Amino acid sequence: MLLGGVLINLELLFALLIVGLMVGTLVALLQVYGGRFFGTLASAYAWIFRSIPAIVLLFLFYFGPSEFGANIPPFVAATLALGLRSSAYQSQIFRGALQAIPHGQILAARSMGMSRINAIYLIVIPQALRISIAGWSNEFSSVVKDTTLAYVVGLTEVLRRVRIITDRHYDLAMLAYLTVALIFLVLTYAGNHALGWLEKRLRIPGLQMVGGGTREI
Amino acid sequence: MSLLIVENIHKKYGTEEVLKGVSFSLERGDTKVVIGPSGTGKSTLLRCINHLSSPDAGRVWLDEVEVTAAKAKINELRAQMGFVFQSFNLFSHLTALSNVRIGPVKVKRMKKEAATKLAMEELDRVGLAEKADCYPAQLSGGQQQRVSIARALAMSPKLILFDEPTSALDPELIGEVLTVMIDLAKSGMTMLVVTHEMGFARSVADEIIFMEHGVIVEQGTPEQLFSSPKSPRTGEFLHKINELYGETG
Amino acid sequence: MIFEWSWLPQLAHGLILTIEITVTCIAIGVVLGILLALGRVYGGKWISIPCSIYIQIFRGTPLLVQLLMIYYGLPSWGIMLSAFTSGVLALGLNTAAYQAEYLRGAIQAVKTGQLFAARSMGMSMVQAARYVVLPQAFRIVIPSWSNELILMLKYSSIVFSVTLLDLMGVAKRIASHNFLYFEVYIVVALFYLALVFMVTQLLRMLEKKVHIPGLGEHLEG
Repeated sequence: MLLGGVLINLELLFALLIVGLMVGTLVALLQVYGGRFFGTLASAYAWIFRSIPAIVLLFLFYFGPSEFGANIPPFVAATLALGLRSSAYQSQIFRGALQAIPHGQILAARSMGMSRINAIYLIVIPQALRISIAGWSNEFSSVVKDTTLAYVVGLTEVLRRVRIITDRHYDLAMLAYLTVALIFLVLTYAGNHALGWLEKRLRIPGLQMVGGGTREI
Repeated sequence: MSLLIVENIHKKYGTEEVLKGVSFSLERGDTKVVIGPSGTGKSTLLRCINHLSSPDAGRVWLDEVEVTAAKAKINELRAQMGFVFQSFNLFSHLTALSNVRIGPVKVKRMKKEAATKLAMEELDRVGLAEKADCYPAQLSGGQQQRVSIARALAMSPKLILFDEPTSALDPELIGEVLTVMIDLAKSGMTMLVVTHEMGFARSVADEIIFMEHGVIVEQGTPEQLFSSPKSPRTGEFLHKINELYGETG
Repeated sequence: MIFEWSWLPQLAHGLILTIEITVTCIAIGVVLGILLALGRVYGGKWISIPCSIYIQIFRGTPLLVQLLMIYYGLPSWGIMLSAFTSGVLALGLNTAAYQAEYLRGAIQAVKTGQLFAARSMGMSMVQAARYVVLPQAFRIVIPSWSNELILMLKYSSIVFSVTLLDLMGVAKRIASHNFLYFEVYIVVALFYLALVFMVTQLLRMLEKKVHIPGLGEHLEG
């Protein structure tokens, strides 16, 4: 039964990471190439969604709309709340990677006649994506665990199931929580390994960003 | 007995033997210079002497106390040897004065006032008294190296080991460091210097030791080595160095 | 959009509790974190491995799980802790693991030449760590540590789930009375934004004060 709950966590994880990736990339591009207006807007977005606690965002997206009559299912609310939050963090990782690419790369691309968009798309982004992997792994680790926060909006993910179990079998509480902890340890370990493998496969000699960044920069 | 005795030092890094049985000695007041191609173990040799690296075989004595002994009081022994690094290694979080002072205060347990006075004297000796409150990052390379020499001197060591002290410096800054070292040699400090600066070697060395491939090829007074080297390799090397670096100091 | 001024005093109380919780858990985190980092770097096998295990466990499991485990799980083993203790304990143990890792990274970032120089003048390992390596490591770790502080400020909101009336707890209570969910939570969000902003500025000033030219990097915004 607990594993069924974990499945929900994983679904949420997937959903929010995709939202985070798409929006995050957009925001990063806007921050670096968007010019003053869009750049500032993007930066503001990133700052706001990084500075508001996840819990507050979850409540805002779940209970907020209900005041105006719209009822959003917990899964959607959680995906949006955590996804947009992750997009803010991911945008920073990606932005750092974009800015780490030496300007000379663009100069060389433009010098052979590429348009600005082509230069960014063909030369800068592929390199930036690879450099981002290390920071992205950190974000992934963080977010895997944050999916449990959806508990507070009633999503029947793993922690809520634990409550259901412990409401009936009071004495199994500690055991249940330890099991969940163990499951997550395995998940994070497996996830990190998978990402490490991915990084190795995509590695280009000489292309590296020193330091993987800290938790949620 | 000699102040420093180095006997048959062997050292391997992985599968490669970097020092293949090196032996020599230093008397009080000697200035000996070790020269040779890069990578022949000269730095390793110095680190084996103050035991930053431990030799695989061989022994070292400082003033009749065996440094390489199993029960050697290594901290006490190191306090009697000064070490000047190629990359200066000044403590980045301390001012020049604090850098020079910290050894006497923490290792020799001197009182702070006395140590401060001593530190200022040493800084003055290397010509940097007015930079006492500067941090390493605010000093030029040559200044940092001079502070590091002052730091070594503040411990009143019996001998000072110099590991390519000028190799990391811009050419214009080398002179100021060499001047300090020459004065030091003339004042009677026992020094073992690994360097490429031939001018320095020629003017103050009591003996030059030429090392290659982990062994001492030849050793003798500057006159001997420069005018009539016993080994052809010595002659070749000196010739090359003269071409590259010219005469300095 | 309705907004009532009567919310503010209640929220202010919540704010105070939030700050109390954050400060306490960070304090626990600092002390324990330093011990763990030192154990990891300088301890022999018997010390560094348990430290490493602790760190991996607390970083590898969700904070909410840790909190609920302490508050709801421990009672089934006979240990009953108050909501405040549970909250602070969970947050503290968690942040200690992260702080230990940051400090360890900072210690290892201090150039080895510094250690060589210290040992070469006769300092013992303890002296070298105390007077040369750690002072530098503490400055290097400042950006990561500041991040962690702000993170804990935000994650402290999690304690509402064990009935504590911190900023989030108060917000939930107000909202469930008057159903003005959107307004209340927006206000709370603004509270947190303001808090984060002020703390960030404070930390920046602090970092400037202890800055030594040439050592460490500047705090990012």
